[in-house]
Amino acid sequence: MSLKKHILDLRKRREKVQLGGGEKAIEKQMAMGKMTARSRILALLDNESFTEYDLFVEHEARDFGMDKKELHGDGVIIGTGTIYGAPVCIFAQDFTVAGGSLGLMHARKITKIMDHALKMRVPLIGINDSGGARIQEGVNSLAGYGEIFYRNTIASGVIPQISVILGPCAGGAVYSPALTDFVFVVDQISKMFITGPSVIKTVLGEEISMEELGGARVHAEITGNAHFFAGSELECFEQIKKLITYIPWNNTQKAKVFPPREPKFKGKIEDIIPSDPKQPYDVRDVIKAIADDSDFFEIMEFFAANIVIGFGRMNGQTTGFVANQPLVLAGVLDCDSSDKAARFIRYCDAFNIPIITLEDMPGYLPGVDQEHAGVIRHGAKVLYAYSEATVPKITVILRKAYGGGYIAMNSRHLGADFMFAWPTAEIAVMGPEGAANIIFKKEIEEADDPDKMRELKVQEYIERFANPYVAAAKGYVDSVIEPEETRKMLLHAIEVSTHKDDQRPFKKHGIPPF
Amino acid sequence: MEEKKLELVDFVVTARKYKTLLTIKYANRKPYKVPNPNEIMSYIPGTIIKLKKNKGAKVKEGEVILILEAMKMMNKVLMPFDGKIKNIFVEEGQKVPKGHLMIEIE
Repeated sequence: MSLKKHILDLRKRREKVQLGGGEKAIEKQMAMGKMTARSRILALLDNESFTEYDLFVEHEARDFGMDKKELHGDGVIIGTGTIYGAPVCIFAQDFTVAGGSLGLMHARKITKIMDHALKMRVPLIGINDSGGARIQEGVNSLAGYGEIFYRNTIASGVIPQISVILGPCAGGAVYSPALTDFVFVVDQISKMFITGPSVIKTVLGEEISMEELGGARVHAEITGNAHFFAGSELECFEQIKKLITYIPWNNTQKAKVFPPREPKFKGKIEDIIPSDPKQPYDVRDVIKAIADDSDFFEIMEFFAANIVIGFGRMNGQTTGFVANQPLVLAGVLDCDSSDKAARFIRYCDAFNIPIITLEDMPGYLPGVDQEHAGVIRHGAKVLYAYSEATVPKITVILRKAYGGGYIAMNSRHLGADFMFAWPTAEIAVMGPEGAANIIFKKEIEEADDPDKMRELKVQEYIERFANPYVAAAKGYVDSVIEPEETRKMLLHAIEVSTHKDDQRPFKKHGIPPF
Repeated sequence: MEEKKLELVDFVVTARKYKTLLTIKYANRKPYKVPNPNEIMSYIPGTIIKLKKNKGAKVKEGEVILILEAMKMMNKVLMPFDGKIKNIFVEEGQKVPKGHLMIEIE
């Protein structure tokens, strides 16, 4: 063969394999409203930046007639590329090839690109679209999953790991996304569950659709497994690209700094907050009034909405925001919101992102269901995450900071670097009504008109304790500031924290209340 | 995402009433029920394989009342104290979810 012929032969081989499961299977994939694995990668990465590896990998299975089956690329595409110039490693399961099922070589390709990502210290993106384990390959496919989970864990906190669920992701396969930092789902396309509808029907006789059991909405709203919800695959890719701009390539670097921008918000911050502390407002409006360009990239918007988490920029620098949301469940901490906040705090800490906490919360959610669901151990995660974090930690108390919640929301006592409070802040052991009921129990009971006496005592308590000055007198709060000064104070706090060095005693790892 | 009911409700935390929205998960939570020791509930979803005692039978503590197959295991459901089978609410072959009332005893 002449050189030219060799080249033509390579091109022909490439073309054939790049078609994945063939035109018919591709048509089927499109009919389900899904893009193909290759078009997904191309849509997500910068133009012309994708470089593929292991195109010609073949499976080695021999049982159940598998020796006669040709599975192009063994059902997964791996490679490297860039997103806005940031290098990433990526894999995408190809549902058109044997349903994207995971066999030994399929897993080997994934672990190869994972190893590469970890060695090169660049983010890893995994696009999941797979029917699950390739049953014909038996325990080899289980081995494959295990080796992926192991790498997810080793890479956790070293490189950002992003999972994109664009099809089924069932059984053991769900644990790779669960171990990664951010999970993206798309309405009507993503399906995640451990045991599917058919098993549930066999065992329980209960009928439930895949969508109701483990669709995108379920995971974005009920289970908290997903961090980002999109209406379409293209919208999902835009979300991923945006996320990549906020996070560093690895844990030894800082996120890219953008040109500073003033907030677009032009009103007065204090106008966002109702004067009656019992009336709600949307705390995201406060974040937008503070952050560069009034741009707030919210994470887990629909899950445990009583706490708000996400990224913004302060003077161009990525900052993590954690804020109680008085608009939902009065902004209480509960099991779900604790899990949500704690994991985000740990993410920011692992990737050198300063944390700003905006506090307005009445305490923990009361109820048997909460206590029995383990609000003690879940709530403890927040304490652990804040205490453990060594990135700059700044708190602004907007209104209520009662009891255990005051301690949990990055208080001075857990190591906050800067504690600011608005004059509207109420830092107290509990809400005035509750406190007055206990402290003045006798006076109220013995009064001729208990209700009037209670009202009087509540008012007395509010005047004496429902303010920031008792805490400020002890130095627990560094500054009582006007709402309009908030951005200025935060920018300054972040600036002087740039070289923060907070060393902790050596340990193999802590034992957080998982 | 979902059409949020933008209806503020009263929400009490430590004696103070706040105006706020509820999450769907919170609104749908099940109220707590005090467990009744005379009711034997399924502790795992599964299939009733065998009923070992009849209605009205006197049963000693620790005796097997029924076999509940779940997760490929024949689980024995035992009598918690000496007593009588007052009522049986399941049949052999029936699939039961978790927390289903199977037997009433006294």
